[in-house]
Amino acid sequence: MTYDAVIVGAGHNGLVTASYLARAGMKVCVVEKNDWIGGAAVSRELYPGFTYSNCSYVSSLFRPEIMRDLELPKHGLQILPYEGGAVFQEGGGYLGMFRDHDANRREFARHSKRDAEAYDIYARDVLRFCRFIRPMLLRTPPDPSSFRPRDLAELMWLGRQMGALSEEMRARMVQFWTMSIADFLDQYFESPVIKGYLAVSAIIGTALGPMSPGSAYVLLHHYMGDVDGNVGAWGFARGGMGSITRALTASLKAAGGEVRTGQGVEKILVQSGRAVGVVLANGDEVRGKRVISNMDVKRTFLKHVDEAELPDDFVKRVKAFKIRGSSGKLNIALDSTPVFPALPEGAPNIRGDLHFTDSIEKMERGYDDWKNGRFSRDPFQDVMIPTMIDPTMTPPGKHFMSSFVQYAPPKIEGRDWTDADRDAFRDTCLNQIETYSPGFKDRVLHVEVRTPRELEAEVGLTEGNIFQGELTFDQLLFNRPVPGYAQYRSPIRDLWICGSSTHPGGGVMGAPGRNAAAEMLREAGAKGGMRDAYAVL
Amino acid sequence: MTVLTHFRTPLLQTPFHARTSAANVLNRWGPWGGYMTALCFGDADMEYTAIRNAASVYDLCPMVKYRITGKDAVGYLNRLTLRDAGKLPVGAVHYTGWTDDAGKLLDDGTLFRHGPEEYLICCQERHLPWFLASAEGFDVSVAEVTEDIAALSLQGPCSATVLAAAGFDVSTLKPFRMATFPFGKGQITISRTGFTGDLGYELWMTPGQALPLWDHLMQAGAPWGIRPIGTDALNLARIEAGFIITNMDFVPAHQAVREDRPRSPLELGLGWMIDWDKGHFTGRRALLAERERGPEWQMVGLDVPGNVSAEGSILYHNKRQEAGFVTAAAWSPALKASVAIAQVQSKYLKANDLWVEIYALRELQYAKLMLPVRVVERPFFNPARKRAMPPERT
Amino acid sequence: MPTPSSEVLVIGGGVNGLACAARLAAKGRKVTLLEASEVVGGGAGEREFAPGYHAPALAHLTQGLDTRVVEAMALDRHGLAFHPALATTVLSGEAESLTVRGGKTSGVDAAAWEALHRKLSAFARVLAPLRQMRPVRLAGENRLFGLARQGLGIRALGKDDFRELLRMVLINVHDVAEDELSDDRLKGLLAFDATLGAWLGPRSPNSLILYLDRLARGADPLLPKGGMGALAVAMGKAAAAAGVEVRTGSAVEKIVVEGDRAVGVRLEGGEVVRVGLVVSAMNPRTTLHQLVGAAALDAGFFKATGHVRMRGAAAKLHLALRGTPDFRGADLKSRIVIAPSSEAVERAFNPVKYGEVPELPVMEVILPSAHDPGLAPAGHHVLTAIVQYAPHAPKAGLEAARAEMLENTLNVLEQHSPGLRSLVVQAELLMPQDIEARFGMVGGNWHHGELAVEQMLFNRPTFAAAQYSTPLPGLWLAGAGSHPGGGINGAAGWNAAGAILEAKA
Repeated sequence: MTYDAVIVGAGHNGLVTASYLARAGMKVCVVEKNDWIGGAAVSRELYPGFTYSNCSYVSSLFRPEIMRDLELPKHGLQILPYEGGAVFQEGGGYLGMFRDHDANRREFARHSKRDAEAYDIYARDVLRFCRFIRPMLLRTPPDPSSFRPRDLAELMWLGRQMGALSEEMRARMVQFWTMSIADFLDQYFESPVIKGYLAVSAIIGTALGPMSPGSAYVLLHHYMGDVDGNVGAWGFARGGMGSITRALTASLKAAGGEVRTGQGVEKILVQSGRAVGVVLANGDEVRGKRVISNMDVKRTFLKHVDEAELPDDFVKRVKAFKIRGSSGKLNIALDSTPVFPALPEGAPNIRGDLHFTDSIEKMERGYDDWKNGRFSRDPFQDVMIPTMIDPTMTPPGKHFMSSFVQYAPPKIEGRDWTDADRDAFRDTCLNQIETYSPGFKDRVLHVEVRTPRELEAEVGLTEGNIFQGELTFDQLLFNRPVPGYAQYRSPIRDLWICGSSTHPGGGVMGAPGRNAAAEMLREAGAKGGMRDAYAVL
Repeated sequence: MTVLTHFRTPLLQTPFHARTSAANVLNRWGPWGGYMTALCFGDADMEYTAIRNAASVYDLCPMVKYRITGKDAVGYLNRLTLRDAGKLPVGAVHYTGWTDDAGKLLDDGTLFRHGPEEYLICCQERHLPWFLASAEGFDVSVAEVTEDIAALSLQGPCSATVLAAAGFDVSTLKPFRMATFPFGKGQITISRTGFTGDLGYELWMTPGQALPLWDHLMQAGAPWGIRPIGTDALNLARIEAGFIITNMDFVPAHQAVREDRPRSPLELGLGWMIDWDKGHFTGRRALLAERERGPEWQMVGLDVPGNVSAEGSILYHNKRQEAGFVTAAAWSPALKASVAIAQVQSKYLKANDLWVEIYALRELQYAKLMLPVRVVERPFFNPARKRAMPPERT
Repeated sequence: MPTPSSEVLVIGGGVNGLACAARLAAKGRKVTLLEASEVVGGGAGEREFAPGYHAPALAHLTQGLDTRVVEAMALDRHGLAFHPALATTVLSGEAESLTVRGGKTSGVDAAAWEALHRKLSAFARVLAPLRQMRPVRLAGENRLFGLARQGLGIRALGKDDFRELLRMVLINVHDVAEDELSDDRLKGLLAFDATLGAWLGPRSPNSLILYLDRLARGADPLLPKGGMGALAVAMGKAAAAAGVEVRTGSAVEKIVVEGDRAVGVRLEGGEVVRVGLVVSAMNPRTTLHQLVGAAALDAGFFKATGHVRMRGAAAKLHLALRGTPDFRGADLKSRIVIAPSSEAVERAFNPVKYGEVPELPVMEVILPSAHDPGLAPAGHHVLTAIVQYAPHAPKAGLEAARAEMLENTLNVLEQHSPGLRSLVVQAELLMPQDIEARFGMVGGNWHHGELAVEQMLFNRPTFAAAQYSTPLPGLWLAGAGSHPGGGINGAAGWNAAGAILEAKA
């Protein structure tokens, strides 16, 4: 049989696209190389009785419009807000974060009275930028070089968004988008630890340091989400991040879609310049009127499409697409609750994100290591213990701990990672935690270590880049992934891309998948079309 | 230094908490500037009545306070605020405001001059980054002293009498003046200021003096029916007095997320504050330009027909065109009228065809009213005893 | 009675101050130019740093002196002439040196370099008109797009190049070098030239646009005949000829503000000069914070001008040499660049972020005496170099950092020119703090405010002062701190004069 759409890869974006298409009446099939679904949004039992969110580990960006359209809550999805966090300082101090505004202010005031009050202005300013950018997430970027009515209309829409701002705000926004987070924070704050805490969102997943221009935008990328309207807040998916893709799959199946696991795509079939299906690793062919790749742009076009089918310029740009991985991950099963002596007993901070990098300088030095082809000697770790909130993932009293680590390069001094490199990386990270939580290592039952090598091998993220491509302006909006191909289409007719390599980029957001589906439905002349994104009032 | 117990007491207690919590039989509290503040102690109507009939005490401690000291204190405050701080005599107080470069109000507050080079600013919101940034180039120091000073407001026609009974003779203290009085082994400061539009005083002391003073005052005032009041009663009194409150009647420019929300002093009816001749101050050039072209909005008092509060209502021009919105409204017991404070676009104000759309909740069901409103002078309630010298004795 | 605005005072006799003053005077304004030191020229002057050895004060080349300034001031008639444009020699530790002239070079990348140069030059041509305009305003719906698409002929690039420009406009130069080139020497050169005078490394996003800006200024490095001092002299003469009254040795202590207007200046020594307009070609922060002062300015604006980043990361080396150095046979009349690779440039930047000194700095070396033998005793030479990167606020303190920087710099030079150290009669190294002290360049940044995307155009030096006027009536800015930045160019001063003339018309 011939499907209306064959989707390559059962990551969250592939599933989102598939679900929207299925709901519009298309016959869809998702093919996935792994035995499990979910791509980088998975819950996996890697130690008996322990569920791991072993790739992505927190949720904020996933668009509420999608959750609602695809009825994900009905299919079991629950997002739980988490509480605060802490940065542990060298020498035994700490900076705590609290959900309560006044408690948070008083805690910041321990480090700087001025900064405690400046934080409100800072948060207001960032919120202003978020409000500007959020409506763009669920729109297809216009091609500025095109005179087609839709591109012009979208450009006009962008112009109107700009037009709604004061001239000064436009100038400030241009400044914000292009500057470094270190410089941006210097305009508000004096305390190194406060700056160190706030800079985190500007480097997560990014091959930039906090002193790199353009890093302030990355901060926005992590702030523009929300948990139930609480902009910038992050939460857990109950049952681990796999709950998102599990709900998506259930939603897809309810709409009549199919998912085939355990056989990856070997080749995307192209006949007379049109994509007509895929050949799986076992030789099976799955035919479709259109093929949609959830894989990153490099993997899609350089590994699964015959280069002869593609224009040279396109191939050149895809080859030059920047997708350097910058992070690693440790997934840890704990026998008991770790203790951080710096925190007073009963403090809620342990139910949030825990960091051990108390200044921007330390982060930047970590980035210098990455540039030199080494993992950071004193890495930044974003440690979370989801089981402090979510009772479903481990036996009672035991915990799953996720540590997102930066920086880790795709290659070590130009060569591939070895197992010895991986173990050294693991020890560096565990030792850092042990420093702030004595006895920590004795609680460890099992550690899964994921360097960019493992991320690429298992999830298929080229070079281990969690965003399927770096988030710098040359690869954002109409430049993502390749100028002229930012509208989810490719040079090959009926071959589409819907992953995070496309606008608006990575994170468990679902927006690329939804936007891609919207383009396909529009082209197919489907009735109804998609609902508009929620208005920003 | 208090270390990380915020999660146990997210709201701080004021130095009067031992007494206010004992008196708060309803246990009705709200947050104010990070502190617990009583919304109502027992009966809001009787608490309001104490303000207008006898004597009331209100715990002012959460008010944010900054001390400005140094050689350039006058120059600094003249650049920071709208009025001329140099003209304020030592021992006097004035109501003032401050704006950003665009001339949009950041906050209003009272400025106390304690010495030639020493001032205290009391206000609703926090401004340390702005005050410090404004201090660059001036020989001043700016210190946030909220926790160092306890404050109690004593308001009502019997307030001078109660103070006299407590041993504080304020008969020569004029409005907007302050004086120190011995209390116990130390002394306290009393200013003839307030937020009720009635005769009243504010008492300033160290946190250690708070409880003894409270006890002393309550004992001395008992014959006149002195009682603690909560924010609900105070809010009614301030609406009658026509006073505006930050974040209730206007959004401070530093907090506004939406660019069209901030308002200038000219738009908020505070143009009278601006001393155009004192020299440069932040926002002056923008305000001059605004004065030239006329403010876009105006803050007005409204007389609303009928007896339903217009709280939260939208105003219309000619019943159709949105023209503004009500920021505060109440049925005034003192005036026997429904009054409101509102922001109205200037162009519709001139046309003088304003209507208010009120959704009145009556037994679970909203009744929609569209009523013509009349712009009236503020304060709505303005008794002579507020200003009388010597103050009324009862 | 206020002094008529036709009487103008220009503070600061550097290239921008001179250009601004000359243009205003030529249009009939009565212009007085005040310069604190005894000669005009600022960073473009010349100094005898050792007996018999003359070195440029700071800048040792001109690269794209604004043609409007050169022509309208008729600098040639006032004695300015240039040596033939300098070629660039890229030294490499291992490989042979490589000669580059514009898009021409040799080796494996000859064709790739030419293609890249052609593409980037086309982009630069599109951006060049922006340099000669007052910064675009962002007022009105869609103005920026309209301006960009129609006014500047971006569309003339064609669809593919237009897309390519949008992709590359904020890209980092390191990735471009990696994508387009294979020869480390050329990658190093591209990375070095893009980041020269900036506080960022080649891996920093937004670094390519600095290279485009450099191309937009004019690509050829030039040396005035007689040394850099000759430029200052010619500009001084031209300004005087245009009717500017040049007063040297006149340091301004305060800008006098009366009735909410700048009405003149008070000089050190107390003399008050009253005029209609005050134009400062000095550093914008110095102008507003020191000369005007907080009391006459809004607090938000004052704070914003305090936040303008002004980190200098370039040191300046002057060597008096007894003899002729040998850079492994390189043409001594060329601009010699020591930047072995893009990574090497980045590595030289890393420590500066933390206030430390790089072990292997990268540099641009000029031998002025190879062009003008009179600058050094016969048979001797003067070597000058811009050495990157140097910390603007060294953690170890200025003295220690300077000593370390000099040592490291001489080591690198010795590596590429064995025996050079033994020729050194005297060495002088100016750290960013020294440059600040000597030339009033805050942070030692020769653009008087980092040239970085977020501090360009309508954000230079700050939003509220980006059109050369300031919120204080009667006060204008005309220095490198304003659009389009510095670098012995004169465009900022010239544009400012245009804005002043327009404002009164």
